[in-house]
Amino acid sequence: MKYSYFPGCSLKGTGRAYEESLLPVLKVLGVELEELDDWNCCGATAYMAVDEVKACVMASRNLAIAEKAGHKELLAPCSACYLVLNKTKHYLHESPVVEAVVQKALRQANLTYSGNTPVRHPLDLLVNNVGIEEIKKHVKHPLKGLKIAPYYGCQIVRPYATFDDQYNPTTMDRLLEAIGCTMVTYPLKTRCCGGSLTGTLPEPGLLCSYILLKEAITRGADVIATVCPLCQFNLDCYRDKMKGKWGHETIPDPRNKDARVPVGPHLDIPVVFFTQLIGLAFGLSEKELGLQRGFAPMRKPACAQRQSAAA
Amino acid sequence: MDKVNGNHDVRIGFYVCNCGTNIAAMVDVQAVAKYVAALPNVVVSRDYKYMCSDPGQELIQKDIKEFGLNRIVVAACSPLLHEHTFRSAVEAGGLNPFFFHMVNIREHDSWVHTDRDEATAKAKALARAGIRRVARHRALEVKKVPVHPDVLVVGGGIAGIHAALTLAKSGKKVYLVEREPSIGGHMAKFDKTFPTLDCAACILTPKMSEVGAHENITLWSYSEVVKMDGYVGNFKVTVRRKPRYVLEDLCTGCQECISHCVYKEPKFPDAFNEHLGKRKPVYIPFPQATPQVVLIDPEVCLNFRRGVLTDKCKKPCVEACGDRKAIDFKQKEELKEIKVGTIIVATGFKTFDVGRMPQYGYGRYPNVYTALEVERLVNASGPTAGDVLLRDGHHPKSIGIIHCVGSRDKNTNRWCSRVCCMYSMKLAHLLKEHTEAEIYNFYIDIRAPGKGYEEFYDKLLEEGVHFIRGRVGEVTDWAFIPEEEGKLVIRVEDTLAGVVRRIPVDMVVLATGLEPHADAQNVRRLFNMSCGTEGFFLERHPKLAPVNTFTDGIFLAGCCQSPKDIPDSVAQAGAAAAEALVLIDTGHIEQEPNTAYVVEAECSGCKSCIPLCPYTAISLLPDKKKAYINEALCKGCGTCVAACPSGSIVQNLFEDAEIFSEIDGLLEPTSV
Repeated sequence: MKYSYFPGCSLKGTGRAYEESLLPVLKVLGVELEELDDWNCCGATAYMAVDEVKACVMASRNLAIAEKAGHKELLAPCSACYLVLNKTKHYLHESPVVEAVVQKALRQANLTYSGNTPVRHPLDLLVNNVGIEEIKKHVKHPLKGLKIAPYYGCQIVRPYATFDDQYNPTTMDRLLEAIGCTMVTYPLKTRCCGGSLTGTLPEPGLLCSYILLKEAITRGADVIATVCPLCQFNLDCYRDKMKGKWGHETIPDPRNKDARVPVGPHLDIPVVFFTQLIGLAFGLSEKELGLQRGFAPMRKPACAQRQSAAA
Repeated sequence: MDKVNGNHDVRIGFYVCNCGTNIAAMVDVQAVAKYVAALPNVVVSRDYKYMCSDPGQELIQKDIKEFGLNRIVVAACSPLLHEHTFRSAVEAGGLNPFFFHMVNIREHDSWVHTDRDEATAKAKALARAGIRRVARHRALEVKKVPVHPDVLVVGGGIAGIHAALTLAKSGKKVYLVEREPSIGGHMAKFDKTFPTLDCAACILTPKMSEVGAHENITLWSYSEVVKMDGYVGNFKVTVRRKPRYVLEDLCTGCQECISHCVYKEPKFPDAFNEHLGKRKPVYIPFPQATPQVVLIDPEVCLNFRRGVLTDKCKKPCVEACGDRKAIDFKQKEELKEIKVGTIIVATGFKTFDVGRMPQYGYGRYPNVYTALEVERLVNASGPTAGDVLLRDGHHPKSIGIIHCVGSRDKNTNRWCSRVCCMYSMKLAHLLKEHTEAEIYNFYIDIRAPGKGYEEFYDKLLEEGVHFIRGRVGEVTDWAFIPEEEGKLVIRVEDTLAGVVRRIPVDMVVLATGLEPHADAQNVRRLFNMSCGTEGFFLERHPKLAPVNTFTDGIFLAGCCQSPKDIPDSVAQAGAAAAEALVLIDTGHIEQEPNTAYVVEAECSGCKSCIPLCPYTAISLLPDKKKAYINEALCKGCGTCVAACPSGSIVQNLFEDAEIFSEIDGLLEPTSV
């Protein structure tokens, strides 16, 4: 099946590793993508907060182009894009006022939008269209023993729980278990990463990110797997500041239950996109998957290393 | 004057009611009366302040005599309210009561319009339609059908028990059918009852024994109603008696079989104790179970393999039973057919499935409990003999009780379950008594609107139980500070203090709401009842017929109609019993004659009407190959009349001539 692909700004910028890993993984699985021609900002970030209707106009242009391109479905890997495109569809459906403004704007660009193009997330596509069994067939190096904290972020399940459970999403858990990973119990799956607060009000923003890292470490995770470019950025890029603020805090020693150790050195836990892990299991190289872009380098799990050495 | 339905002149009296200002404020009633006075066949036309009052009714009777009226039309409120009143008045005036027609100009007109001129014009049109119609009315006869004196009560919770006992005490024969092996329902699981803190078993079990011993009550536990035919006064009901592999007549309840079972220790989850305790394959649900008869679970008994008899066990239970010979592994289910005149449905509720709110961690965190589990946990005859020992083996030092789980929530159930505030406070009191723990109640509003309930709330406040207003966001085990490690953390917005709190506790109690049984829709179909949008069985009128259903002779009691506490369930059960007694003691029912009948000469026997009838009133006469409508079953819905391809079904009071005259009258332009 062929999908329209809407990368959005993140996948070309700070979240480049997401695109770098998503495209080859989908290629292995035979999913064809065609990047949307002349796409624009999805309308997320500040637009939605300042003027919802204008944000809808931005998003609708992308939806209209996708419809014009003739593909049945639009793939939006970034959580913010995914939410805004879906939200726009809801608004157009629910409010004749929004619909009228949007259609008028689209007409000026010689576009129309019927409101029908489904917006899909890669997790949804991989689990519900490609299927876990199919993915298992392509696994060359199961990531046995790699303990993952699955972190979904807020936007793909709130407010619309389109393909997963709102409170306890499990699609990424199932995917990563299929490639051999072990999931640690991570109750903060959908808790806020701090969003744009890290840029505007750093104090509470950083705290949000720190809580997520600390809990993943306490739960014994080797790696945090994310689906969202902003989450990945927040968790990956502010470690020095966090170490300065909270590095002295203690956590139960993962190796010795009765002892406590400072959290600081443990904060260098790798934060990767789930597609990078799938790519590793498929036997793709670290470079191909953009793994070198993370601030905390992810060491290839022992099992994958041994096999690639043999190969 | 028209001559219809015989050779007499049609002489109509018309009355338009002011209904105080309910109608008169929006409809010019004098103008309507004046307008109707000029219509053909109308002899008298008046307006009056309250037609339903005694003077109003006497006015009609006086006019009938004085002016020789033979048709009456009253334009007033909905016929649901006063059609019966006016029919009686017409009959008292010496006319057949069906020479009357009621026009609704209140609910259909004055209450729903804001333009007085237009509302008046509409009232005139509606009145004119009624005048045209009533001229075509024929005299009809109310038929009487005898009522069978026996009663079926479905469901043996406190409501069913109370209804059955009330009827039995007044000398009526009652069949009490209960799905579970013992009667008692949810109340049997409760430890204490609010606000008096009576021991639930102490007040319930005497009534249960009375049911078991009463000569007028036939108790069929572990049984279900599978079929109901017939109509008010004459229901034919089929009950399936599930095999318990123990003969009820022979079992004495000595329980020797249980102690001799090959399983030395209880091993299987015990449903009565909310799966917190264990039982053997042969068991009695609880010590005071009624009937005092054991039963065998073929899913786990070694003499069966997945429910199929293999006869491979040594059967020490049979040996222990000895000469009583009560154990019968070959027992089969039995179908019993009974005849009753009235039915009381008291099938109760189920508690909200907490799996639908995963954010509260039930099933993920062992120390999260449902309220019903805690009832068993604090009960002296429960799985821990009243010791509040958590699943992780600790005793709690702090406990959070979360209210409104599955209530007042548009994501799950919108309604208030009415009992949760009170039982939460009761559990708070009991848990404090048992554990001396710090107790936090998380509530949206405290709803304590019963006798002694507010006082109970005050008492709890004095006992030092904490109340935090706010709907809990989540129960989690991630620690923000070291003090929270190993605890369950309740995250909540305290809406009185205006802060977000994290409260670490050892135990969480979820105050689950009440909802309809999963199979309520099947039960509804079985008894021809209706359900409200939320799935509870629908009463005929929310205020004035709260125990009646839309099927005559079938009454509701207890939580199957809506969530309610024990006093309300018992009161409703008494009311349902009284309604049944009215029918039984009257001895007969009067049948509304708006039934349909088949004009045999025109019926082709195509049978298309038969599956359409919601009341299974139509059958095919085997000899004549014509459809036949059982008048006693027909509710006058008109479905078959509309569907009949040959137009050979006629409905009394809704004959073509009547309806077309009404439509003609309605559509005729109003000339003022």
